[in-house]
Amino acid sequence: MKTIRSISAVVATSLMLIPMVSLAGSQPNPEQDLKAFRQYFEQRFPNTPFKDFSNGSFAKGIGSPGAISQWQSMEEFPPYDFAVAKGKKLFNTPFPNGKTYASCFPHGGIGIAQNYPYVNNKTGQVVTIETAINACREKNGLKPLPWLKGDLADISAYMFSTSDGKAVNVKTPSTPAELKAYETGKKIFYTRRGKLDMSCAGCHTYHSGQRLRAQTISPTLGLVVSFPAYRAKWGALGTIDRRFIGCNKNTQAKPFKPQSTEYRDLQYFLTYMSNGLPINAPQWRP
Amino acid sequence: MRNPVRLATGLLATSLLASNLALTMPSTANAASPSAKDIQEGKALAFSRKEGNCLACHMIPGGQQAGDIGPPLIAMKARFPDRQKLFNIIWDSHKYFPGPANIMPPFGRNHILTKHQINLIIDFLYTH
Ligand code: HEC
Ligand code: HEC
Repeated sequence: MKTIRSISAVVATSLMLIPMVSLAGSQPNPEQDLKAFRQYFEQRFPNTPFKDFSNGSFAKGIGSPGAISQWQSMEEFPPYDFAVAKGKKLFNTPFPNGKTYASCFPHGGIGIAQNYPYVNNKTGQVVTIETAINACREKNGLKPLPWLKGDLADISAYMFSTSDGKAVNVKTPSTPAELKAYETGKKIFYTRRGKLDMSCAGCHTYHSGQRLRAQTISPTLGLVVSFPAYRAKWGALGTIDRRFIGCNKNTQAKPFKPQSTEYRDLQYFLTYMSNGLPINAPQWRP
Repeated sequence: MRNPVRLATGLLATSLLASNLALTMPSTANAASPSAKDIQEGKALAFSRKEGNCLACHMIPGGQQAGDIGPPLIAMKARFPDRQKLFNIIWDSHKYFPGPANIMPPFGRNHILTKHQINLIIDFLYTH
């Protein structure tokens, strides 16, 4: 009986810490949200250095030592090296018109992934690396690539790899279009959906670091900076949409379409919340 | 900050529950004396990844690879002498624990488990 009391006490204490980004707030204030958000995770994981949050559930002080050492040994001879090399080759292969992907990006697409996603204030749409790659293809008369895996994931992973270690640098949302995308992404993150009635935040914020069956749930801080990721389960690289769809399906919520407004807004919100963390993509995942 | 809210919602939930009682009454057959088969079926439901999957979040004696998101489901008879209350928590835990951190699925309300299945799980939980 005593142990049970003290367990509920621990649960209660961790609830008290919730400084969260409140949904009810009248005036959107991303900068203030970001501060509260970081503070929450720093308090929740006092033994995790800030930069380690890029490693998801394999960060020091979050995953079990056994899981972390397995992950480290996978990262030593990463099974995704081949896919990244393939992505580089595709990236550098000229289109039939002689142009390359480099022509569509600032700095030729090298070392810029940390600045994505951003909002195009003319269209009001969130631009991710993946949408930019496919827009580039269409601009040059080619068909867009499928969103979830294959060539697109490989090219995107290569582009992220050229930003390895650079700090995520999403501009603070301030224009009406940016604030709208931010608020929509945030709302999706905190809203319960589906038959199991769960929100992303339910697991990745309030129960991060705890175990769902044998899996340690990664914190929202750093949730997106390892993507595209290589999952043993997939045997290949997958984009962030592929993972979003997986979590939606696991909780019996109808997934959104890949690179839909909803998923791009969600990705925008989550990436802004990871500002300052070093890009570390791709990474190995079980 | 949180407690008054929780209390108020608790009261609200209780009055809502009272009006729903007829709907969610546990069947007395199970309550009286479950057979070994009932208990076995309840255990299978609680441990199965496809059905109850209580182990995803709760430690339960005899279960492998349990999560640690909810409190351990131990000493259930001592802690939940009121079978109706335990039934109601499994039916829709959000009425008891309304905070955003409660990710326990509303098994009855959302038709994840039937009334009969919830009762079998309770028969099993009451064995330890
Ligand atoms: C029932 C709990 C649960 C819910 C709800 C949930 N997830 Fe997950 N998610 C997990 C688990 C468990 C993993 C695998 C372990 C981990 O976190 O890396 C995971 C992994 C992820 C990852 C990969 C993290 C990494 O570093 O590899 C992302 C991204 C993610 N989830 C996003 C989301 C989003 C967005 C939502 C809501 C649309 C969501 N999740 C809802 C449990 C959940
Ligand atoms: C996805 C996670 C999850 C699943 C699956 C889950 N629970 Fe829970 N459960 C919780 C959480 C979290 C709490 C604590 C809620 C709170 O205090 O806010 C809880 C609380 C409880 C309580 C109250 C415990 C106490 O000591 O106060 C009971 C009883 C319970 N769950 C039974 C079950 C049963 C039976 C199943 C399977 C049919 C189940 N749960 C499945 C997450 C879960």
